Amino acid sequence: MNGFDHAFEALFNQLPLPDAVRQLLTMKVVLMLISMGLIIGFISVLVLFLIWLERKISARIQRRMGPMTSGPSFLRSGNMWFGGLLQTAADAIKLLTKETVTPADVDYIVFVLAPCIVFAASLMAYVVIPFGPDASVSDLNVGVLYLLAVGSMTVLGIMMAGWGSNSKYSLLGGLRSVAQMISYEIPMIFAVLGPVLMAGSLSLQEIIQVQERTAWFIWPNIIGFVVFIIAGTAETNRPPFDLPEGESELVAGFVTEYSGMQFAMFFLAEFSNMFVISAVAAALFLGGWSLPFGITQMMRASGMPHVLFSALGAVVFLTKTLVIVLILMWVRWTFPRVRVDQLMHFGWKTLLPFSFVNLLIAAVYMIAYKQIFGEAVFKQIFGAMS
Amino acid sequence: MINTEEFVINMGPQHPSTHGVLRLMVKLDAEIVVDVEPVIGYLHRSLEKMAEGRHYGQYIPVTDRLDYVTSMSANYVYVLAVERLADIVPTPRGDVIRVIMVELNRIASHLLWFGTNALELGATTPFLYGFTEREKILDLFESTCGQRLTYNYLRLGGVAYDLPKKVEFKWTDGPKTFEAACEKFLNEFPPVLDMCEELLTESAIFLKRTKGVGVLPRDVALAHGVSGPNIRACGVKYDVRKAVPYSIYPELDFDIPTQEGSDCWARYKVRMDEMRQSVKIVQQCLARLPKGRAKAVLPNRIWIPEGEVYSRIENSRGDMGCYLVSNGSEKAWRCKFRTPSYSNLSVLPVLMRGALVADLIAINASFDLVLPEIDR
Repeated sequence: MNGFDHAFEALFNQLPLPDAVRQLLTMKVVLMLISMGLIIGFISVLVLFLIWLERKISARIQRRMGPMTSGPSFLRSGNMWFGGLLQTAADAIKLLTKETVTPADVDYIVFVLAPCIVFAASLMAYVVIPFGPDASVSDLNVGVLYLLAVGSMTVLGIMMAGWGSNSKYSLLGGLRSVAQMISYEIPMIFAVLGPVLMAGSLSLQEIIQVQERTAWFIWPNIIGFVVFIIAGTAETNRPPFDLPEGESELVAGFVTEYSGMQFAMFFLAEFSNMFVISAVAAALFLGGWSLPFGITQMMRASGMPHVLFSALGAVVFLTKTLVIVLILMWVRWTFPRVRVDQLMHFGWKTLLPFSFVNLLIAAVYMIAYKQIFGEAVFKQIFGAMS
Repeated sequence: MINTEEFVINMGPQHPSTHGVLRLMVKLDAEIVVDVEPVIGYLHRSLEKMAEGRHYGQYIPVTDRLDYVTSMSANYVYVLAVERLADIVPTPRGDVIRVIMVELNRIASHLLWFGTNALELGATTPFLYGFTEREKILDLFESTCGQRLTYNYLRLGGVAYDLPKKVEFKWTDGPKTFEAACEKFLNEFPPVLDMCEELLTESAIFLKRTKGVGVLPRDVALAHGVSGPNIRACGVKYDVRKAVPYSIYPELDFDIPTQEGSDCWARYKVRMDEMRQSVKIVQQCLARLPKGRAKAVLPNRIWIPEGEVYSRIENSRGDMGCYLVSNGSEKAWRCKFRTPSYSNLSVLPVLMRGALVADLIAINASFDLVLPEIDR
């Protein structure tokens, strides 16, 4: 089984449905549509939750309460942690119903297309996210490559926004984002190569399966993990690397001229990208949906229902992802913004060499493993590598 | 070859980081600042001219609008000038209360600066930390004079009201006298300040953003008449409170913190140290607060004999002066203020040339400019 559509097909085949309905539901197109709907629904809820969470966490860091009024009243009464649960939903409705103002001198097509591209790119990344065992929309055998490619599309959208807005602040923001994303993509790719080398596969599910058999790839890729998180922060334009929208310098950078839902799309994309980066970090370095010390293998062997097994995997995966998300939020509310030249220096002169070192360590580790444990064990564990 | 050219960008008058209505015409070569020209005057309200149409006492609330972040010291410099011209002696209690208020106001002003300076560098959290503490000072002010920003508290011969007997805020644990509440704040404040410093002072990114950025050569600073924490960050130990003492300052024990770096970090550090000195000053004032009236008995309208006077004080941005000319009537013939931000602003273009856009904001923030004081 591979992907959501297969899971749904199995489900529909088991359900007592009229044959005609079953045939309709198990059509390839319908199955894909269902998984797409599922993923879009998931992202919407997730992003609203993440924005609320970030506001609550920043409030705690800054010794205030954060949003408190919107949301169920029983959560409101004096509980600083759960107030305002529906605040972001209310904000989203407000933004949706607002008029989108298009300034007079913009390059209209580019201006309108930019937020769509940024948002679409962030949605596309979810296709390969391994939410649980066999639970990805589609487990591409070039998953990692696909993720990196889709991640680069965001640059295109931001540059279009910067150029199309026909505003000096936006242009500066757009230029900054291109410089930043290109220089941070390279250390990121090299950091990702460590786990890919060890698993011998570009498929995220397979990388996780190898981690299930051995150990989390954070060992020996600890440097790679740190590099990936830092580069990922820069890639998603989050503080302290939020130069493209550095609000004290460039007003709001490339989003200066956007309003209403167009603005909201940039905003949602930022949070959705943050989740993607965290999810990929969890999948590549922290074992994805697998638990360490062979627990997952024991669960797999215990013969529990596959649905339960998948669900438990999803819980594990989301927990790991949320931990990384929390770290990103913590960093955001603690540090000042770096300067544009320092950002470049850091990317090229610090992160890139370290990511090389990480790749080297991973390679040496593999050779050493083969030498110590012998060809047979190696083959059994890193199956694909042989 | 690609044909490249510089482009001009207008930062302000409406820009998140120019604090009010400063307009910087910035000529940019990509991210590098080629030239900067500050344009001022968007907030001109002819405050000095207004002094000529009002009685000496009536003008005091207008001085609040000179520098809304430290209204107390703006009150003070004007009141001091009138008192010197008219030979009015403030009551001992009034005199000490003035110092307490001005120093508390200095802390509040520096806290606001601490927050906004960090905000310009992209750190949001220090802003909230600074404001939480500033709020307590504003509570104290509100209990005393009913205002939180433009106090209109100082009067000829003292202060408008005596310190309140009973104040109660969220942070005082029940009702207290003003003195006790103030003491409580002063005891709790230094640890919080340490925490704020922990967040920024040694933070690697903060150091990278401020160390060696906007280095102001000492001779340039002196030539432009830069004053206050900005000149003390150049290693010049100059403070009006020590150099030309006024009020009870000669009797108080405090230091003038200086730094040698001349950069944004030095300016930051000087202000952080200054807050600790202000705490020390207020504590001494509270300990020696004399009994008696807070305001001398004076008629509402006073006629001052012909003459002229120049008074100066150290406000939180530097050397603030008031030049007052009387022609024997009940109104000033001419009132001219020397405001520190005006001179401090004049040196900015020198520092900003060749810097990056981000540095430009950092330098601007580190100078702690307040625009209404520049435009007047």
